[in-house]
Amino acid sequence: MKDFTILVGGQAGQGSRKAGLVIAKILNNLGYRIFIYDDYQSLIKGGHSFSKVRASFKKVLSQEEEVNFLLALDEETLKRHLKEIKDDKFIIFNADKIKSEKGIGINIETIAKEEGGSPIMANTAIISAFAKMVGIDFSLLKNVFEKEFKKGLDINLKIAERVYGEVEEKIKIEKLENKPLPLITGNEALALGAVKAGLEMYYAYPMTPATSILHFLAERKLGVETIQLENEISVIIAAIGSAYAGKRSMVGTSGGGFALMTEGISLATISETPVVIVNSQRSGPATGVPTYSGQSDLNFVLNAGHGDIVKFTIAPSNADECYYWGGKILNLAFKYQTPAVLLIDKEISESTFNLEIKEDVLKEEALLSSKGEDYKRYEFSENGISPLAFPGKEAIVKATSYEHDEFGLTAEESEEEIVLMQEKRLRKFEAMQEEVDNMENAINVYGKKDSKNVLFTFGSSTGPVVEVAEKFDLKVIQLVVLEPFPELQVLEEIENAEQIICVEQNALGQLSSLLAKNGIEANELILKYSSRVFQKQEIEDLLKEII
Amino acid sequence: MNKLDTNYKNTWCPFCGNFGILVAFKRAIENEDLNKIVLTSGIGCHAKIVDYLNLSSFYSLHGRSIPAAEGIKLANPELKVVAFTGDGDSLNEGISHLIHAAKRNTDITVILHNNRLFALTTGQFTAVSEDGFKGRSTPMGAPESPINPLELMLASNATFIARSYSGNIKHLEETIKKAMDHKGFSIIEVIEPCVSFFNVTDFYNKNTYTIEENNLTEREEALKKIREWNYEGEGKIPLGVFYKIDKAPYFERALIAKKEETVEEVLEDLI
Repeated sequence: MKDFTILVGGQAGQGSRKAGLVIAKILNNLGYRIFIYDDYQSLIKGGHSFSKVRASFKKVLSQEEEVNFLLALDEETLKRHLKEIKDDKFIIFNADKIKSEKGIGINIETIAKEEGGSPIMANTAIISAFAKMVGIDFSLLKNVFEKEFKKGLDINLKIAERVYGEVEEKIKIEKLENKPLPLITGNEALALGAVKAGLEMYYAYPMTPATSILHFLAERKLGVETIQLENEISVIIAAIGSAYAGKRSMVGTSGGGFALMTEGISLATISETPVVIVNSQRSGPATGVPTYSGQSDLNFVLNAGHGDIVKFTIAPSNADECYYWGGKILNLAFKYQTPAVLLIDKEISESTFNLEIKEDVLKEEALLSSKGEDYKRYEFSENGISPLAFPGKEAIVKATSYEHDEFGLTAEESEEEIVLMQEKRLRKFEAMQEEVDNMENAINVYGKKDSKNVLFTFGSSTGPVVEVAEKFDLKVIQLVVLEPFPELQVLEEIENAEQIICVEQNALGQLSSLLAKNGIEANELILKYSSRVFQKQEIEDLLKEII
Repeated sequence: MNKLDTNYKNTWCPFCGNFGILVAFKRAIENEDLNKIVLTSGIGCHAKIVDYLNLSSFYSLHGRSIPAAEGIKLANPELKVVAFTGDGDSLNEGISHLIHAAKRNTDITVILHNNRLFALTTGQFTAVSEDGFKGRSTPMGAPESPINPLELMLASNATFIARSYSGNIKHLEETIKKAMDHKGFSIIEVIEPCVSFFNVTDFYNKNTYTIEENNLTEREEALKKIREWNYEGEGKIPLGVFYKIDKAPYFERALIAKKEETVEEVLEDLI
């Protein structure tokens, strides 16, 4: 068994997510590449939550529909997922809660209690039962436990030891040669990338699925100030205030909060203040399906802000890309003194990946001014970029939401002044376009490069699309930078295309609209809007109808 | 030309109350380190003040003077941040920011230009307009009663609360100095006539009086002084500092990030 999936589920509060993560860490240490999908509802206790841990000999970025191991902490898990299991003998269930003829029942809650633990520690028991079933050494289990259960380690180990002794080994999972890699969510990865590029302040108002960026930066000691304010409007405006005063600032939210922040995008554009906004999408409109995924904010993000605006919009698709672009986008925002949106979704934010850093990201200094009293915040320049200075020293730094002159004073009377400043920003937008034109990784190309069938995709849809395309010898173009549009790179790649198919997770085909706006007509759309991510089989079935 | 002037053409109406605020402010900061002062403003007649002052400033959006000021202060606590705002700006559009900035004890000075209506949009009622105020949006009179903004500030745990009057420049200058010296959140409500749409100059000249500033830490006493005028009809209007207590400013409590691990160490930890 070299590519297999474990599903562990229970009610919210039973610790299924933690169980999935610990199992993933054990398998990571055995050299498997991991991808965890977490599914939960908008509630605190009860309901149904589960994690799907895919472990493979090679890097994977999608989930299989079938599961090889089913670990049920409650009856609902067994009922819902029984049809997904390949072989009944690999079911382990909580015999204190469930009666079943299939699989192995263990009184995990009773054991947890008898060993002096609380009912939630039943998740420890189920991890240990799984470990024994697949022939994992107890010493490895112990090592991982020591890292993962800092509180109540002794009791957890006692529970694990007892269960380990009671279960039979049924199959042996081999150790692989791969070196273990960090296990990280997209949110954590983008936060770390941003830290590498000099992130100093992170402002947020809690909103799923972006909240864990705030939690992660608040818990870790990476030197980033984390500030929670009264609403998303104050979050974006305060972040802009901080950036004006010289601090690299970022904010994070989801679609609804992003809607409130749009006045800030306008403000950052005209005041030329760098700020990075993470929008982790879920299904909309409005509250939509708040704990599930979607890609339906695309049109909105690209058009956010009133006035003539070009900003950066960048859509990484996994943890590796989140790490790189989380840093790169902060550098770009400061280089061009502009708002920049990192567009991801719940699947990327909260899924757990192995992080592999191919190209590290470092802080790049912005263009700074050395002037004192004669400083002009909006000094005209060839490429539209005026050197930055920050208040507190000799330079008087006047930033403003009004159209303005070079010094930053309101320009209303003189048409000429208004035009000059608008044209300065237009030159900057051109420079931003040039920056994208020269980026090698503004798009990623996968599959059979000379295939006449080209699949366009972005964000979390990329993982499953690439796996399917490789199977059928199709070409995939993943758009990473969405704004300014990487037209040169895209046109070069579709020169010989006969069929263009957009694969995206929204109901209107918003990616195809973006292509259309840039003169590229998609022949077919493969859309999914159930708020759940694409399964490879679904893409495969729909592709067969088209090709 | 005063070094504090930008020489930018002033477009306030002749005899606008804002002139008094501009003069008092310039006098109040004469002995300050001007490089360390940063101004913010929202949008409205009040906001033009930043175009007239040759100091670092962020001319923000309507209602957002305060969050902009908060971000600046958090980024660089060495700066003295003064947020100019108006009644439409921070009692209507941005009232949540005002409440939370007070609650947090953010170390900024808020100068609230209170002309008791939206002036730049030609005279509509705000949260502090009289009940029955006749403006172009309410020709039959505003169907709402005003709130008392300073009572709101007391309830929001502001640590420095004062009122002054644009027609009493000396008092305003002194009050601004006190507010800027206060460590923590300070607000001065500056009542001012709008000569074009709500000219109550005579009423203010006649009814304002300065109070003895004592027992400033007594909440109940402060409330009594604050409630003396109800923003409607006749009545005496006390001016002065009503309330002042010591409390740790927000930045001291909020800026607690430690740099004790590197990205590489975190990644190692996540294996």
